[in-house]
Amino acid sequence: MAYPDDRRYTKDHEWIRVSGDTAEVGITDYAQQQLGDVVYVELPEVGAHVTAGQPFGTIESVKAVSELVAPMGGQVVEVNNHLKQHPEVVNNDPHASWMIKVRVANPGEAAALLDSAQYQKLLG
Amino acid sequence: MTVANASHERNPNDPNASNAPNEPNLLRKTPLNARHHASGARMVPFAGWEMPLEYAGITSEHMAVRTRAGLFDVSHMGEVEIAGRDALAAVQRIVCSDPAQLRVGHAQYTGLLTPDGTFLDDLIVYRLAPTHFLLVVNASNAEKDYAWISEQVKAAGDAVAVDSSSRYALLALQGPAALDVLQPLTGVELAAIPAFGFAYGEVAGARATIARTGYTGEDGFEIFVPPNMADRVWQAILESGRSAGVVAAGLGARDTLRLEAGMRLFGNDIDESTTVLEAGLGWIVGWTNERFIGRDPLLRQKEQGVTRRLVGLEMIDPGIARHGYRVLQDGRPVGVVTSGTQTPYLKKAIGMAYVPVALARSGTEIAIDIRGRAARARVVPMPFYKRRT
Repeated sequence: MAYPDDRRYTKDHEWIRVSGDTAEVGITDYAQQQLGDVVYVELPEVGAHVTAGQPFGTIESVKAVSELVAPMGGQVVEVNNHLKQHPEVVNNDPHASWMIKVRVANPGEAAALLDSAQYQKLLG
Repeated sequence: MTVANASHERNPNDPNASNAPNEPNLLRKTPLNARHHASGARMVPFAGWEMPLEYAGITSEHMAVRTRAGLFDVSHMGEVEIAGRDALAAVQRIVCSDPAQLRVGHAQYTGLLTPDGTFLDDLIVYRLAPTHFLLVVNASNAEKDYAWISEQVKAAGDAVAVDSSSRYALLALQGPAALDVLQPLTGVELAAIPAFGFAYGEVAGARATIARTGYTGEDGFEIFVPPNMADRVWQAILESGRSAGVVAAGLGARDTLRLEAGMRLFGNDIDESTTVLEAGLGWIVGWTNERFIGRDPLLRQKEQGVTRRLVGLEMIDPGIARHGYRVLQDGRPVGVVTSGTQTPYLKKAIGMAYVPVALARSGTEIAIDIRGRAARARVVPMPFYKRRT
C-alpha cells in the first residue's frame, strides 16, 4: 500500500494530516499489519488535550494492546465514533481511517515529522 | 503506536511465553517451517520454536475453523512414550485421570501434577497397546515434563519413558468439514473413530496415527506422521479441502478458538500455582486411580472446598480483559484474569479469571481493572461456545 504524500508520519507508526489549524490522526498501514485484526479502539473525548509523543488512546487487536501516540499536541475537536462499531476498517483502509481530529497548537511542528519517503525508508 | 502490555501477556505469540531461547537462529523449526514461510505466514518465536502466528489473519482463520475447517501445524508439541510390563502403573502414577479405565485405541485429557496437586502440565494420554502409552504435552513444558516423567517411571518398576518428539510431526485438521476433507486421503473409516478415539492407517501415502482430538471446540483430527512426510500430508489436506474452503491456521486462531471453547491454556489459566479443582477441572480426575501424584492434597481440597475458582467472564462495559489484569470488588483486587480476548465468532469480549468462590456463581457482576479503569464484567458458564452436534 502506498504512503500518501499529503501527510506526515512518526516513528511510532501514526500519520497526521494537517489542514489549516486542524489535523487528522490515524495509524499507518504498516502499523495495522503488525497489529493484525483490530477489534477495539479506545479514543479520548472531544475537548481533551493531547500532547505530542504521549498516548491519547489504545488500540487492541485480537492478540495485543497498543497505545496510540499523538504526533502533535492540541485539543480534540472530533472523534471517529464509527470505529467503535467497526474497528475492522482500520485494517481495511488505515490511511482513510482517521481516529481523532485535533486543533493543533502549532501547525509548524509538522515539518519536524517524517515525510512519506522518510517513513518508507524507516520501514526499510 | 507502542505495544502496551507485552510485559504481562503470556499468550502463544508472546516471545516470553517460556524460558526457552527465542533468538531467531536458536529457534527450533518444525518439518513444515519452509512451507509456512512460503505461504507468507507471520512467524513468531513460541516456546523455543519458530511457529506461524497467522497466515491470512486470526479472525478469518478462526471463522474458517468454526464454519469449514482449518489446518494447524502443532509439531512443536512434545511426545513421550511409556512402555513396559509396568507401564500402566507408571502412567497411573504420573497422570491424574485413571488410565486403567482407558481402552486401547482411546485417549483422555488429563493433568501431570506436582505433589501438591497443582499443574506441571496438561496433556492427552493415548493408550497405544495394553502396555504402551503416548503422552502429548505442551511444547513449553516438554523438557521439564520428560525429566519429571523419567524420574517417576524409574520408580515404577519394569517400564521406560522415551522422548519421541522428533519422531512425529503433528497436524490438526479442525472444523465441521474435517471428516469430509480427510476421508478421501485415507482408507481408515473416519466416521468409525469416536471422539477421543484413534486409529492407524495411511494419510496421503504416509503412515499415520489419526486421533479424533483437538483444541478448538470443533470436530476434527490430530494426525501424527513421520516428519519427512509432513509437507506431503499438509499439501494433500489443503488440496483436498480447497473447494470446501479449508485454510491454514496459526497459533493466534488456535488461542482464540480454545478460549471460546473454554479450554485451559497452560501458562495462562493453569500452572504450578493452581490446582485441578481450582481450575474447574475436577471432571478429569480419576479418583479410582489411587496411585497418582498429588492425589492426597487434592482429596483434602475436595473435602474442604476450594477458596477460589476459575470462571468464565464476559465484559459488560467496553474493553477487553487481558492476561494479568486484576479482578476488583468494591475497588479492591480480589482475583486475576488469566486469558481474555475479543472473540471472532461470538463477537464478544470474553475471558477467564480466578475469583473467590463467593464471586464464582454465574451472573455475578465483577469489575476488571483495564489499565486503571474499572470495567464491569459478568461471570458466565463455560464453555462460551459449544458446537451443535
